[in-house]
Amino acid sequence: MAAFGLARNSCGLINGLRVSYRSLVQVKYGAKSACLLQTNIQSDCRWYSVSHLSVKERIEKKRKAAQMGGGQKRIDAQHQRGKLTARERVELLLDPESFVETDMFVEHRCSDFGMEQDANKFPGDSVVTGRGRINGRLVYVFSQDFTVFGGSLSGAHAQKICKIMDQALTVGAPVIGLNDSGGARIQEGVESLAGYADIFLVHPSDLPHHGSLCILTHLMLCLQDTSYLFITGPDVVKSVTNEDVTQEELGGAKTHTAVSGVAHRAFENDVEALLYLRDFFNFLPLSNQDPAPIRECQDPSDRLVKSLDTVVPFESTKAYDMLDIIHAVLDEGDFFEIMPTYAKNIVVGFARMNGRTVGIVGNQPKVASGCLDINSSVKGARFVRFCDAFNIPIITFVDVPGFLPGTAQEYGGIIRHGAKLLFAFAEATVPKITIITRKAYGGAYDVMSSKHLRGDMNYAWPTAEVAVMGAKGAVQIIFRGKENQAEAEAEYVEKFANPFPAAVRGFVDDIIEPATTRKRICRDLEVLASKKQVNPWKKHANIPL
Amino acid sequence: MSMFQKTKTARYSSCRSCAVTSRTPYSTVPSEKTFDKILIANRGEIACRVIKTCKKMGIQTVAVHSDVDSNAVHVKMADEAVCVGPAPTSKSYLNMDAIMDAIRLTGAQAVHPGYGFLSENKDFAKRLAAVGVTFIGPDTHAIQAMGDKIESKLIAKAAKVNTIPGFDGVVKTAEDAVKIAQQIGYPVMIKASAGGGGKGMRIAWNDEETREGFRFSSQEAASSFGDDRLLIEKYIDNPRHIEIQVLADKHGNVLWLNERECSIQRRNQKVVEEAPSMFLDADTRRVMGEQAVQLAKAVKYSSAGTVEFLVDSKKNFYFLEMNTRLQVEHPVTECITGLDLVEQMIRIAKGYQLQQKQEDIPINGWAIESRVYAEDPFKSFGLPSIGRLSQYQEPLKLSHVRVDSGIEEGSDINIYYDPMISKLVTYGATRAEALARMEDALDNYVIRGVTHNIPLLREIITHPRFVSGDISTNFLPEVYPEGFKGHHLDEDRCRELLASAAALHVTSQLYSHKILGTQRVSSAPMDQNNWELCVELGQELHDIEISKSGNSYIVKVDGGQVEVCGDWNLASPLLPLTINGTCRMLQCLSKESSGNIVLQYMGTLFKVRVLSKLTAKLNSYMPEKVSEDTSSILRSPMPGTVVAMSVKPGDTVADGQEICVIEAMKMQNSLTAVKQAKVKSVHCQPGETVGEGDLLVELE
Repeated sequence: MAAFGLARNSCGLINGLRVSYRSLVQVKYGAKSACLLQTNIQSDCRWYSVSHLSVKERIEKKRKAAQMGGGQKRIDAQHQRGKLTARERVELLLDPESFVETDMFVEHRCSDFGMEQDANKFPGDSVVTGRGRINGRLVYVFSQDFTVFGGSLSGAHAQKICKIMDQALTVGAPVIGLNDSGGARIQEGVESLAGYADIFLVHPSDLPHHGSLCILTHLMLCLQDTSYLFITGPDVVKSVTNEDVTQEELGGAKTHTAVSGVAHRAFENDVEALLYLRDFFNFLPLSNQDPAPIRECQDPSDRLVKSLDTVVPFESTKAYDMLDIIHAVLDEGDFFEIMPTYAKNIVVGFARMNGRTVGIVGNQPKVASGCLDINSSVKGARFVRFCDAFNIPIITFVDVPGFLPGTAQEYGGIIRHGAKLLFAFAEATVPKITIITRKAYGGAYDVMSSKHLRGDMNYAWPTAEVAVMGAKGAVQIIFRGKENQAEAEAEYVEKFANPFPAAVRGFVDDIIEPATTRKRICRDLEVLASKKQVNPWKKHANIPL
Repeated sequence: MSMFQKTKTARYSSCRSCAVTSRTPYSTVPSEKTFDKILIANRGEIACRVIKTCKKMGIQTVAVHSDVDSNAVHVKMADEAVCVGPAPTSKSYLNMDAIMDAIRLTGAQAVHPGYGFLSENKDFAKRLAAVGVTFIGPDTHAIQAMGDKIESKLIAKAAKVNTIPGFDGVVKTAEDAVKIAQQIGYPVMIKASAGGGGKGMRIAWNDEETREGFRFSSQEAASSFGDDRLLIEKYIDNPRHIEIQVLADKHGNVLWLNERECSIQRRNQKVVEEAPSMFLDADTRRVMGEQAVQLAKAVKYSSAGTVEFLVDSKKNFYFLEMNTRLQVEHPVTECITGLDLVEQMIRIAKGYQLQQKQEDIPINGWAIESRVYAEDPFKSFGLPSIGRLSQYQEPLKLSHVRVDSGIEEGSDINIYYDPMISKLVTYGATRAEALARMEDALDNYVIRGVTHNIPLLREIITHPRFVSGDISTNFLPEVYPEGFKGHHLDEDRCRELLASAAALHVTSQLYSHKILGTQRVSSAPMDQNNWELCVELGQELHDIEISKSGNSYIVKVDGGQVEVCGDWNLASPLLPLTINGTCRMLQCLSKESSGNIVLQYMGTLFKVRVLSKLTAKLNSYMPEKVSEDTSSILRSPMPGTVVAMSVKPGDTVADGQEICVIEAMKMQNSLTAVKQAKVKSVHCQPGETVGEGDLLVELE
């Protein structure tokens, strides 16, 4: 067990790296405050010389200005592009009248390139920050304002974000970032880069450059046609590598949800994304200190799902849709799929069982026979670790013919990447329930939350085949060059293509009628709610990255 | 493994049988000795129907099935099951050798053929007779005599039965067909000599259509019956299709069991049937019944049979054909007469005499049957659809409802067989009662995973013309000349739908707040009781104010006020609501985070989008999605097999020119171009199986 290295973060949702972040921040805050002082003096002087307004009136004026961001013209332009403004997004995301804004009066402190002029100062700068409620539950939010300098990141902007992140950490609540930014504010030079460093210490996994919606660090949603993410844009690509590529091809929503796996789900537009985000938020605990939330459930936990009795086709080579099983078993068929267009041979997502949030992992026989390859292993592994980090039980549906063979996979390091999934399942201490619907062959069987990886309840359907490999392949090896292959194959099928070999060894806890699957899972989750398992202490686990 | 199989069967039969026992018990004669074991050479609902009666009579049953049907309901219900081949019917359910083997293997003493397949195949009946197995149906000579459309009319004429004018003979070529058609005078009807029902039947109004009809009908005849002979006859405009059920024993006794009105048809296939007919008076009924009996006697008929008539507006009736088998729509006759036709067929086959006299045959009340099909009624009143029944719930909780089906939740509706889901029968003392129950039953019927024709069925049975009895076989094209478009909501119904959707949305929003248990960070309570919403239906936006008190909502919409009450169980597919005091059964098919809700209301699916007022305002900034130009691409309107591809890339097609032919559920459908264009690319080949929506051909 020690080999798996299972140190788990004990911090809040967003703050896995909070400790190392703290020391750096302090130094930089020092530098910033010096700068802040200077600019304040300058602008204050000018204010006094031109203003005939009382303080109260000035407060009102500033508030009004802050509400307008970069002004009506820019707001209209944003709308014309089919995008919402930072404030509209926040309003849509949060419950009505629940938003409490912070740092509305913060302004940038840059004095180069004419930036110190009044016309170039916007109260609140290019980001809106604060806290609010989604379905009554607390959340911190920052929303970048494209109408102010294209949402570019300044020192003040970064400082605002860091402030709410710090607050979120102290109360143990999540942060949602709505990113719509052109990148670093070039006029500020190094200071804006320092701001990036601040944020990325908390947000280590992505480089949001433009038009993306980035939530929770852990999950990223984006918009079709208007979201672009890249390290360097097409122009730079062209000049460095002489590669011709469009913005969409390089870093569009399609690229990141289907090819790169950077984004977790794409939506048609702002409104749809925010509405989905509200519902999705309800699946998650506020922090890793909380158990998976339980919502009131109207779907009977003992509901028999008759359609499952016939879902696995008569011929074992024929494909079926694992989503049919998943939808039928869940509460109200409500499934929030993560990365639905990337590595489609594995299905992952969130759902509820008898009201309790669960993570679902399932091989998808419909795509590439549901085999495990590099991309599906990594996708599965990241999801399993997400669930484990946030105390969400994992339900695994297995129909896997093995790992995908071939040079492309071997050269790409399938051993290393496949091990990630194995590692993730092994180190997970949340309740783990596994249902083998059909094939569970070889190493891939082991990987898929098997009993050997500390699965809590492992079930097999009568159609399950737990074996080292398919009959044909096995017979070709065992009886190489011998006659009567067909006969030997039939014998192999009789011996191994059924749930008994695993059941007699206790590798599956029971063979169940498919219709009872929902009932079984709900009952087990009830019992496993009090599961306590502690991995041996270590600084951090050493997952084969 | 076997343990599961058994428990499933046991549970299944117990819940199924309640459907039969809940209605008037049939007259069983316990003292009569009957067969020990019957093989049912069919599948689907009719196989299940026969097995039910066999169980009641204490007869062992044997099911035959194709490999894809090995998990089918009829297989589970039967005591024994034998696989007779792969999925295509010609290799399984029409495979006489395999079925004869199954009979030998299981020792069945008799075979019930159901309808379709081998039910009117004289060779099959002969082969059974040769090995001493009883065929539960008429003798071979009757099958032969009535099976041939030409011979049957000659016999009918001789038996003094009214026959259709312009009757003619077998057709060899398209030009012959045109000649004959011209002699008879248009319109004419072209159909396969060997086929029953509407299969292979086409109507031609001119020479061109005759040629086309000849080509299709002969192909279909060949593929369905292995016999490409055709028949052309005068087509009677505006006719009703009324048929007489007869029951004859082997001792010369023949009864007529009243009529069935089957005028509601699409593409000459029946959709809604009822018994009795509103159109017939007692005298016409008696004359028709007596002529039917004369015909049955003329061919020494035994078993159950149906004599079909066309009836014109003046109550003149013409003999159409005699079906020498149990009809699909037999349940309506059973409902009004109290007889179990399958039981009678078995008794007759065993040689017993009929127990009833003609004067014992009653008309008790009214029965209506809706054929529930897996098909899309919005495409020429029904193009086949396939899929897996992910959710399926028959409305058996209602009284006076009978559902004959051969599928269950999880069953697959595939391209190999008839896409019928079930026959939904309701009955009552009066027609109005039966119709009201049908409306309820259709609203309570839950079918998910395939497209079905309930929207059309519900429209038909509530249409003023149908309710008043003013129907003909042209009912559908006359009532829906532009094709079926679903239920048209009047102002009140529209308001009700909007209010229901809004209330459902608010319920689900409130539900999202119901997190259980104590939380480390406390939640803000939801103390809102009034909401301002905006509901999008079609292209229109409706502003809505809604307030909640208890389980009911007061909704202000479009200047009116609607009160909606309900249990609001979001997990149930059925949504029973009380809207302004009236009970309405809605169904919720989907509800997405984006505010999109699909509701079934008045039988038809309506897509609405419920947003808060603020969201709706912001949503107006969102760019509209551009839809694809459909004029230059041809997609398959249904799943099926490509039988012919008439174009290749580079060809120029004219508007209306045939591009390819798709066969599905034994129907051939010609797909044509909607504009003149050059063919850019062809994406399928003859023989290929295509799914609904698959790209077939791209035009430039």
